[in-house]
Amino acid sequence: MTAIIDLLSSDIVQTVLIGAALLGAISGMLGAFAVLRRQSLLGDALSHAALPGVCLGFLIAGGRDLGSVMAGAFGTGALAALIMMLIVRRTTLKTDAALGIVLSVFFAVGIVLLTVIQTQGGSGSLGLMTFLFGQAAAILRSDLWVMGGIGLAAILLVLAFWKEFKLVSFDTAFARAQGFPVTALEAVLTVMVALAIVVGLQLVGVVLMVALLIAPAAAARQWTKSLGGMVVVSAAIGAASGAGGALVSATTRGLATGPVVVLIATGIVMVSLLIAPGRGLIWQAAATQRARARISDGRVLATLQGFAQMHDDAGYPSERGMLQIALGAKPPAATLASLESRGLIRSVMHPPETTPHWELTKAGHTEAAALSGEPETRQHTK
Amino acid sequence: MITAFFQSIPLMIVLTGVLTGISAALLGSFLILRGNAMLTDAISHSIVFGIIVVWLLTGHTSGPVQVLGAAITGVLTVVLSELLARSRLVKMDAAIGLVFPALFAAGVILISINARNVHLDVDSVLLGEIGFVWLNTVALFGVDVPVAVATLGAVLVVNLVFVLVLWKELKLATFDAGLAAALGFLPGVLHYAILTLTSVTAVAAFDAVGAILFIAFVVVPPATAYLLTRRLWLMVVLAVGFSVAACISGYFLALHWNVSIGGMMASMTGVWFTLALLFAPAQGLVAQALRARTDRLDHDCRALVAHLFTHQDTPAMAEENTLRALVSHLRWTAPRARAAVLRAHDRDLIERRDGLLCLRPKGTAEVEAIFGRSNA
Repeated sequence: MTAIIDLLSSDIVQTVLIGAALLGAISGMLGAFAVLRRQSLLGDALSHAALPGVCLGFLIAGGRDLGSVMAGAFGTGALAALIMMLIVRRTTLKTDAALGIVLSVFFAVGIVLLTVIQTQGGSGSLGLMTFLFGQAAAILRSDLWVMGGIGLAAILLVLAFWKEFKLVSFDTAFARAQGFPVTALEAVLTVMVALAIVVGLQLVGVVLMVALLIAPAAAARQWTKSLGGMVVVSAAIGAASGAGGALVSATTRGLATGPVVVLIATGIVMVSLLIAPGRGLIWQAAATQRARARISDGRVLATLQGFAQMHDDAGYPSERGMLQIALGAKPPAATLASLESRGLIRSVMHPPETTPHWELTKAGHTEAAALSGEPETRQHTK
Repeated sequence: MITAFFQSIPLMIVLTGVLTGISAALLGSFLILRGNAMLTDAISHSIVFGIIVVWLLTGHTSGPVQVLGAAITGVLTVVLSELLARSRLVKMDAAIGLVFPALFAAGVILISINARNVHLDVDSVLLGEIGFVWLNTVALFGVDVPVAVATLGAVLVVNLVFVLVLWKELKLATFDAGLAAALGFLPGVLHYAILTLTSVTAVAAFDAVGAILFIAFVVVPPATAYLLTRRLWLMVVLAVGFSVAACISGYFLALHWNVSIGGMMASMTGVWFTLALLFAPAQGLVAQALRARTDRLDHDCRALVAHLFTHQDTPAMAEENTLRALVSHLRWTAPRARAAVLRAHDRDLIERRDGLLCLRPKGTAEVEAIFGRSNA
């Protein structure tokens, strides 16, 4: 415990944690729009396409300078998005092919540039490799201001265009009909994805960036139905994954930050998919179970009601075997017990037979009639 | 002579690239047409996980077990993504983007934990080491052949046989899955067969070009070919051709500039694509721009002949049927008016008589076609 407190009080670790949480939050916030607009894989293409820009920024600045590296990444990312749009609009190639082309060719060029840097043998070429997988430990205190500035700009942008982004994300056709500049807004949203990538590169690297964009948003989507809630929850999950990943990789030697962050985020997604209230897989299974029980209960009640009507005896006692014949399967003891405990049926003996019999109570008749949708007839005539 | 061939380092490097390129292009053509290009992205990333798990379990970094492991991982990626999407909690694109980074991240972590005793390291996973393929050889029929060449050769044969034997079925399932299913051709099985072979090819190509550059070989040459032809067989042949050309030119450029060989080969596929995107005869951007220009000119020609026809033999003719009127009355810019007149002249629609623009018989016919009547 003291070890952790020691660790947290260290200046470097604080910087890394704040930086990682900041990066995760920005990516999570902007990723929410990408996921809603089904542009998840665009994020993958753009993040791979950022590699040549990172290398160019490095070559031009002559070292690992955050500003020029980010500008480079943003430049090639935006170029990739443009080319992508050109291919989709002006040729018959499908979106997935365009994504694959942009992703792989830009990355290949990036690899070539990477070897150029390595042969030049600059002192910082090792630092460049960390852009492939991210290294939160390389975040400097001065970097925090850059990241904070970009984060603030992104938040202001989202707040300023909240209504427009919401409309474009959910109903493009309506937005266009209302006269909103849809193409321009889509371009701004794409630019924001590129921005999220540029920011996230430090933390998870180009290869895994897509997960930092998608996972928080996909998890957040399970917990809330409102866009505002989703953006906030997504940012929070992104921040938690970023900080958690930075902490783990800072305490374990030789572990790159990116993969750890991604695994934490994926873990949050899996938990969310399972337990998110109302939507999660466990809730779905429980709802199915409840529906099944309701139908099973209803069939037992309807059968008892049928026997009662057939014999013109509201309190007609039916034996379990009779129910089995009518239902096609033996009614589960649990179903009978639950119906009895709810006061819908009553266990009675029917001498001279010795097996338990069941009859509908008054409440049971009412329930059965409600279920069948027919008026209650000939109730308790005897 | 054969021994000398397999001992030539440059030849072996280029051969490895060419074998990768051909195998990838054969499958890539169908993946592109079926809209599954991004599944390749997912598969080639998550295979890293399969490779490291098989290595941890068996100690093999190549060979049949690895191929099997890769095939399982690749199919697992696709199945997991499809299951996730089917739960309707996330969309398909997000499902793909959730599954493969998770597997890839797990793979990278397993590598870094065991880094001290593996020759697998993160760089080679991503980039491959095509420059060193000749180091690791195996004796085949008494000749030392690089392992990568032998493996890729075998994979190429398998892919080639698959495509040639199932050509008709692949074509049908790709262009009309519904009809293929109705005729009993099991398009679903073919879908997974293609993805399994993609995984196998990816693992074989892994040592040479790495996980991500492989995507370039699968996607880009077939996409380039697709811009040039509408015939499937020609598309496959062209894709193979582009792959081979990219490998050879990429190798020499990489030597020349002293950069990554695999990266340069993959970059060259991008160069072919850019050229095709710009200059493809029918679909290229230049051809599109020229066509748009011709269409615009011809439209202006129609407006021009209609204008001349309206004022022909009227008192206003002297004023209207002139180049100046086009600028002042139709509000065309002077270059636009000149271009339209030149074009109409070239097409023998009009002629210049006494300083006025007059319709030629072809021009009159054109006007009548526009107004839909014949003033005989």
